Amino acid sequence: MILVIFTAVVLTAPLWAKLIGAGYPDLLQKFAIFGLFAIGYNILFGLTGYLSFGHAAFLGIGSYTTVWSFKLLSMNVVPAVIFAVLLSGLFAVAIGYLSLRRTGIYFSILTLAFAQMMYNMAYSVLTPITNGETGLRVLVEDPRVIDRALGIQLQGVPLGDFFGITMTGYSAFYFCAVVLILGFWLSLKIFRSPFGMKLVAIKSNQTRMEYTGFNTRPYLLAAFVISGMYAGLAGSMMAVTDPLAGAERMQWTASGEVVLMTILGGVGTLLGPILGAATIKYFENIFSAFNEQVLNQAFDFLPDVLTHIMVTITSPFVGEGWHLTLGVLFMIIIIFIPGGLVEGINRIGKMLRGSKPEAEEKSGEEAVQSVEPETVAKGDAS
Amino acid sequence: MSYILDIQNVNKTFGGLHALSEINLQIEEGTIHAIIGPNGAGKSTLLNCCIGRLVPDTGTVTFNGRNMIGMQPWDINHAGLVRVFQTPEIFPDLPLLQNVMIPALAKRDGTFKFNPLRSLAQENTIRDEAMQALADVGLDSLSDQHAGSISRGDKRRLELAMGLVQHPSLLLLDEPTAGMSRHDTNRTIDLLKQIKERGMTKVIIEHDMHVVFSLADKISVLAQGRIIASGTPDEIRGNPKVQEAYLGGAEL
Repeated sequence: MILVIFTAVVLTAPLWAKLIGAGYPDLLQKFAIFGLFAIGYNILFGLTGYLSFGHAAFLGIGSYTTVWSFKLLSMNVVPAVIFAVLLSGLFAVAIGYLSLRRTGIYFSILTLAFAQMMYNMAYSVLTPITNGETGLRVLVEDPRVIDRALGIQLQGVPLGDFFGITMTGYSAFYFCAVVLILGFWLSLKIFRSPFGMKLVAIKSNQTRMEYTGFNTRPYLLAAFVISGMYAGLAGSMMAVTDPLAGAERMQWTASGEVVLMTILGGVGTLLGPILGAATIKYFENIFSAFNEQVLNQAFDFLPDVLTHIMVTITSPFVGEGWHLTLGVLFMIIIIFIPGGLVEGINRIGKMLRGSKPEAEEKSGEEAVQSVEPETVAKGDAS
Repeated sequence: MSYILDIQNVNKTFGGLHALSEINLQIEEGTIHAIIGPNGAGKSTLLNCCIGRLVPDTGTVTFNGRNMIGMQPWDINHAGLVRVFQTPEIFPDLPLLQNVMIPALAKRDGTFKFNPLRSLAQENTIRDEAMQALADVGLDSLSDQHAGSISRGDKRRLELAMGLVQHPSLLLLDEPTAGMSRHDTNRTIDLLKQIKERGMTKVIIEHDMHVVFSLADKISVLAQGRIIASGTPDEIRGNPKVQEAYLGGAEL
């Protein structure tokens, strides 16, 4: 059910995104790609509670692998995506195996160290592979052995290609959308599987899990590798929609961004990470484009003096100042609704539903009481 | 004579404190064996040495013919030795039903099983087993509640259900009735008696003498890290050394 609604909402995005001023394929691609990144990250952080600060490394690996596949094999995106996911999974096994020897803050620092190491290597010693600061690009003279063998010629600007469909504009968005829906489906299955329940139990009481008869480390490693592969897939999508890979994608700020997205939307919830990702990307791209002119238009209905005052007050929060708005929003959510946007939406829903039965009978009061312990338990966990 | 659990010459020191000295203890299969003793006598330390939480300085712990020392906690669990903790060790973020489904899954799946595409809704057998265990301890009506929100006494009973659902061959209970009302204590005694008929061996650490004398087939008394007496409830009741340890020690 939830999958059907999700699919419908994602596929109709070009229609409803216009209403909030986000109806551009480039931006919608970003929603889908970062949504995918956050969904995968949530499988590790949301289910097991292990906070990784190095997932941008897998994003970078996914991008570089995709561009190399474009350069060496073919502009077709299918092998590129498969290689990207496999290679980032391989790196995730190695990094996860070492990092998961520690828990809590030490685990976070280990993942951060690995990611920063790879970021710096991409700029220095690995320049032959990553092309350093310039970034890795697809060139006309690249071998592309499969394409050559099939007699496919590169025309003009190199773009990804899905069996004849060029990855640009809305076709690229729909490719990302289908991958996002598949990614969401897998995450839904994991959440509702015994495996997923065991991951939540590890978050709840890892020691108890060990005395209950589970070796917790393989479970954590599996979650780490899955989320690393999601990140690799997201990185691959970035290169599919724009065949360019740069090391800045692997910087720690990118790792931090996915943490923010997940927390903003709701840690451990199915839809939270996507909501968080879309919110942050919306602020980054739309809010940052607002300028005084837009504000003047928005407050045009007020008398001139008030318009001037309102524009003065609000202008630091838009345009270049979009980080400020996001920061304020983030603080409000952490302090008042630690469960993120999803909890906020749930609370509003409960308020709307709760007000009706209360008017009729006392049963509403009981309902509130039975709900309370659940929220207390969640509060403890966070 | 074969014993299900054989503890030989176990010593454990913490700094200068001799927590356990020369412990020799044999548990017969199918019995309820109680370990009593004043506070700080080393009862919980002894259990921790059995389940791998602590490694004794010397000695052996043999369970069903296998040496338990140095084994991982999950392997000890799968060998059939399960412990119910003194302070409730539960999964507070999960509903009661899932708290019991997890040990049931451990019994079926082993130490690791990767099945991300299987739906929890298909796990009917596991769910039924978990519901039965909850019903055994009288918590079936709370199965949807989050474990973090129930009372302390209920948490103890939940832990008992988590142990029972695995059908261990030896269940170690650390003060199973502490924090329970008299009514719940009696229910727990009845439950433990019923389970005894299923042939499960149990070791109980207990302060409540009412519980000890209504359940135990054999009692061992621990004081200052040594076993000072072992025998049937009647033998223990009349033993002067035991009376001295209790009168000279902490509260009964």
